[in-house]
Amino acid sequence: MIRILIAKPGLDGHDRGAKVIARALRDAGMEVIYTGLRQTPEMIVAAALQEDVDAIGLSILSGAHMTLVPRVLELLRAEGMADVPLFLGGIIPEADAAELLALGVRGVFGPGTNTDDVVAFVRAQAAAT
Amino acid sequence: MTDLVAEALAGRRRALARLLSLVEDDGAEAREALARLCSRTGRAHVIGVTGAPGSGKSTLVAQLAAAYRRRERTVAIVAVDPSSPFSGGALLGDRIRMHGVSADPGVYVRSMASRGSLGGLARSTWDVVQVLDACGYDTILIETVGAGQTEVDIARTAHTTVVIQVPGLGDEVQMLKAGILEIADILVVNKADRQGAERVAAALAASLELANTPADGDGAAWRPPILKTVATTGVGVAELADAAARHLAFLRSSGAMEEREQARMAERLRGVARERLLRLVLANAGPAAIEGLVARLAAREIDLYGAVDELLAAAGMDPASGRRAGVTGEPQRRGDRANG
Repeated sequence: MIRILIAKPGLDGHDRGAKVIARALRDAGMEVIYTGLRQTPEMIVAAALQEDVDAIGLSILSGAHMTLVPRVLELLRAEGMADVPLFLGGIIPEADAAELLALGVRGVFGPGTNTDDVVAFVRAQAAAT
Repeated sequence: MTDLVAEALAGRRRALARLLSLVEDDGAEAREALARLCSRTGRAHVIGVTGAPGSGKSTLVAQLAAAYRRRERTVAIVAVDPSSPFSGGALLGDRIRMHGVSADPGVYVRSMASRGSLGGLARSTWDVVQVLDACGYDTILIETVGAGQTEVDIARTAHTTVVIQVPGLGDEVQMLKAGILEIADILVVNKADRQGAERVAAALAASLELANTPADGDGAAWRPPILKTVATTGVGVAELADAAARHLAFLRSSGAMEEREQARMAERLRGVARERLLRLVLANAGPAAIEGLVARLAAREIDLYGAVDELLAAAGMDPASGRRAGVTGEPQRRGDRANG
């Protein structure tokens, strides 16, 4: 069974994108642990660890991705979980996306992404781990 | 292959997380792990929390966990949500209400999908609880799926069952019906700041009055207390934790603990045997025999009971005695003597 964590770090309250993705992954037969809004990087990594997820998806629309995402990656490494794929959704400028991908993020999905693409991506990532 | 059991027992949480996934997915490795952990189980106080969807289970469980942390007990939370009957997927959202405890190293939260089970828990919830118990968590809180009237598996899994009611869900007759209220060791009226909470509490009290508590002079019977809580603010949560502790003390002092343990184990034994036998029968009969029977059933050529006789015979069992049939693979009619 594929288990995925979908979380919203930071302080913005726009969780529609996260809910759409959570629902699409659920309908694709996965177990989605949805943490809801205002998660700290510490809470996200603790949840990923306790739930033994195959991948982590973060939805960020606040513009704080360059602070939050490197912190999550750092905490994952500290827990020995660098092998758990991390992907992002939300509004992330291209230059930032390139930088985050270089830091170890496995995928970045912007507005207008087809949910089928996300499902296929998550399946491939989960199969690879 | 690292030794997950040894690592989990040594307190490594990622090993514990992996072990729980193994147990959820079943299989030989999981069984071996459970066998190794068995002698270390039976120490934790297992508390079940059940109630209708939206009655505040997650919020109350998170508050209870915080209350136990203040009493310096470690806590594991097992939160079950339903799997989709169509996709098999699930959206597990109980952590949304558990922010306060989710990064506390003394609390372990695990979400589980029900994976087709209908009793309010998942098939492997009991096994997951065993692993957490063996790994030293003092209190284990199980949150069931949003339960209606018949999801009573929790009572066979937990020592103490907390049933949550909220104002506005029907009249007193609902409380006389069989099922979920009967399994309560503690009754909670949550959202007690709302209108109608007093009436719900009064109706619960009246329904308990009618209950046939076994008459015994030494006062050894447990009467479920009715507590009022507001889970969002924490009102009444300390009293609930106290009541759960009193219930555990009662179970231990009255001998009810051993009784329940026996009943629990008998139930588990039957359940696991049922599951294993079914799997063996289906595997031994083979997909071709099953397909053939299904086709004949759908064409009304055979009735269900006759089909099961044939299924057992195809699996190499005598349909009447369940003993191994002399001839395997050949369909036999009910009453035929397979062993002559």
